[in-house]
Amino acid sequence: MIAELGHVALTVALMVALLQATVPLWGAARGDTGLTGFARPAALVQFGAVAIAFGALTHAYLVSDFSLVNVASNSHSAKPLIYKLSGVWGNHEGSMLLWVLILALFGAAVAAFGGNLPDGLRARTLAVQAMIGVGFLAFILFTSNPFERLSPAPIDGNGLNPLLQDIGLALHPPMLYLGYVGFSTTFSFAVAALLEGRVDPAWARWVRPWALAAWTMLTAGIALGSGWAYYELGWGGWWFWDPVENASFMPWLAGTALLHSAIVVEKRGALKSWTVLLALVAFSFSLLGTFLVRSGVLTSVHAFAVDPERGMFILGLLAVAIGASFILYAWRAPSMEGGGMFRPISREGGLVLNNLLMSTAAATVLIGTLYPLALETVTGEKVSVGAPYFEATFVPIMVPMILALGVGPLLAWKRGDLAGALGRLWVAALAAVGIGLSVLYLRGAPVGAAIGFGLAVWLAVSVITEWAERVRLFRIPLGQSVARALGLPRSAYGMSLAHLGVAVFIMGAVGETFFSSEVVRFAGPGDRIEIADRTLTFEGVINRNGPNYEAEVGVFVLPSGDRLESERRFYPVEGQRTTEAAIRSRPDADVYAVLGEPAGDGRWTVRIYVKSLVMWLWGGCGLMVLGGLVSLADRRLRVGAPGPRRASWRPAHAGVGDAD
Amino acid sequence: MRRLLFLLPLAVVLALVGALAWPILEGRDPRALPSVLLDKPVPAFDLPGLAADTGGLHSDELSGRPVLVNVFASWCAPCRQEIPLLVQLSAEGVPIYGIAYKDEPAATRKFLAQLGDPYRGVGVDRDGRIAIEFGVYGVPETYVIDGAGRIRHRHVGAVTEDVARRTLLPLLEELSK
Repeated sequence: MIAELGHVALTVALMVALLQATVPLWGAARGDTGLTGFARPAALVQFGAVAIAFGALTHAYLVSDFSLVNVASNSHSAKPLIYKLSGVWGNHEGSMLLWVLILALFGAAVAAFGGNLPDGLRARTLAVQAMIGVGFLAFILFTSNPFERLSPAPIDGNGLNPLLQDIGLALHPPMLYLGYVGFSTTFSFAVAALLEGRVDPAWARWVRPWALAAWTMLTAGIALGSGWAYYELGWGGWWFWDPVENASFMPWLAGTALLHSAIVVEKRGALKSWTVLLALVAFSFSLLGTFLVRSGVLTSVHAFAVDPERGMFILGLLAVAIGASFILYAWRAPSMEGGGMFRPISREGGLVLNNLLMSTAAATVLIGTLYPLALETVTGEKVSVGAPYFEATFVPIMVPMILALGVGPLLAWKRGDLAGALGRLWVAALAAVGIGLSVLYLRGAPVGAAIGFGLAVWLAVSVITEWAERVRLFRIPLGQSVARALGLPRSAYGMSLAHLGVAVFIMGAVGETFFSSEVVRFAGPGDRIEIADRTLTFEGVINRNGPNYEAEVGVFVLPSGDRLESERRFYPVEGQRTTEAAIRSRPDADVYAVLGEPAGDGRWTVRIYVKSLVMWLWGGCGLMVLGGLVSLADRRLRVGAPGPRRASWRPAHAGVGDAD
Repeated sequence: MRRLLFLLPLAVVLALVGALAWPILEGRDPRALPSVLLDKPVPAFDLPGLAADTGGLHSDELSGRPVLVNVFASWCAPCRQEIPLLVQLSAEGVPIYGIAYKDEPAATRKFLAQLGDPYRGVGVDRDGRIAIEFGVYGVPETYVIDGAGRIRHRHVGAVTEDVARRTLLPLLEELSK
């Protein structure tokens, strides 16, 4: 009964979305505020209806209602409660419902917090948001109904893939979706602006918080996914350049470019059509990702069930949404140029460089992801483009990026002084070269590692220098510096934190890549395993049962007395095995132990890794997310804040606080 | 000229959509896992039946004419989903044999009694040994065996209307010629 209620609620949501997609547009075209006013309540009702549907499916999972195909195929009564809950989005239908829920949530958020938006822009934005909703609600109702019944109902369910029974999966998809569905909002704003034929600094200021929010959550979502791969897949990798990872990474790159180019629109009124294009592209990448995951055209660890019909439906949606928006773009964008002029060496110039490099990086990833598909279509040959391609193309793009990232924030708007900026960065340059050389000669590390660490240090010291310049540290009395530091806008701190996060992340990535070691061997109880100046003692294997699995636990002891317990789990319901790595994290390195197969003579295959600086990877991502949050908390950017000051969009403290 | 530049993104999107639609329209399955035993004879086996008084399944029964071999289990939801279609195909005269993979015979009997029994014969593969010889990844899987007893096609996952009409039946028909 509750499931049917959910189905009805979805249908209602589709109807409301249809109205929301049309009525406000008509109203905006005729200047009828009665009709445009329909958009806000409609967005809230649509969200309410989708929330009811989502609640109904969640209920079915919690009470293990196996009369639903979806629940029977993906859940089991013996599963722990948290995984019954996360099972709701651990499958195609449920995750689509989550997708639509978040889409509607963003629509409702624009309706709720967009009180200060001009009536027409808000109505059009919400109408576009609803159009996307119509497409995806129809997709769910016609091809992926999560409320389909199964008769007769089985006594128990099929269980959830044990790899997915993990706290990482409980959090990763919702966070990731918040991120990449979040870009639907900037997409809707961009289409609305194209419909109005007007992009101005005020528009950029309304869009930026949404872009920032989506970016922040996408960063967190990708980091969670990466972390899940690191500890759950059991071989210590954290990024595989898997097509689906790339699918989440491309919107991130486009979104990062968007965040930065929107600043130029906001501050200087330039780069308008480019910014609009980025807003369209960021969400197009999200749609492409959704398609790649669900159509099964690419093979991936993440792919859902292959179903050509669903694939065609999403491709159709993608073609209509992106195609229509780009037609609109080709029609309207040429007339929206103008704005402030600037020299190549200037803050704007730096942001343009950022945009060029980010877009190139996104294109590189796109080509690498789709190339196997194109080649197979043309020649029928199956190839796999792996990490070597991405490392050879993506990494070189990041080198100039990081170099420029250190300088950019020190340049002035309009016309910057490169020599002056570089002059102020002598400490950073010295530190970078010093670290690079010492890594090279003292540790005998490869050149790549030296360059990587050098870049990270360059960036970190540059960020600190920029902050010190702002508060005029050591040039004026300390008390005044502190006062200045407290007076800096949060968006400035947000920028510094995020950029610092990039530096910390690079430290981690370089450390993990170049300084990790690995030992694979047979070990019996009492054996000592030497790795990277450490000695582990293998104590043997004991049996231990979990709530829905049986486990063999391999116990390793470090000299410090720390115990690492790696499990080999067998899930009888699903008939599958998983391996749980045991990880002891420290700032210098993680010790990562995995119990493998028994050798038959009382010994076991064990794999031990020492992974350098892995904590820095997560720390770097954490800093980027923190930077996003701090920046979002800036009074000036707070959602809805712009309102009354619409006419005077230029920020009051244009001289100091404009570096976000 | 400048307008053309603004049409560029659209052109890229159109090319992309075309490239993505192609494999789907062609009906290509990137996850097609050609069986390692493709075009090899089916492994020899002699499996017991579901009950003491019913016959089992012997590999010799599979040769003589093209047949389908379906590996299934009562504990698998996609199997539950595909059974009605298999029953229908069986009624249309398609010979289907079943291998009950890692399952209690009692549970299998109940499963077939509930949903219908499409199989000409069912062999019980309690420990999954024979399935391993077939190269089974997971249930359900369906194999097309030709008249000479060779494996000619392998389908992973539930058989859908689409798979049956577009792949399995045409292949069976071609093999019967």
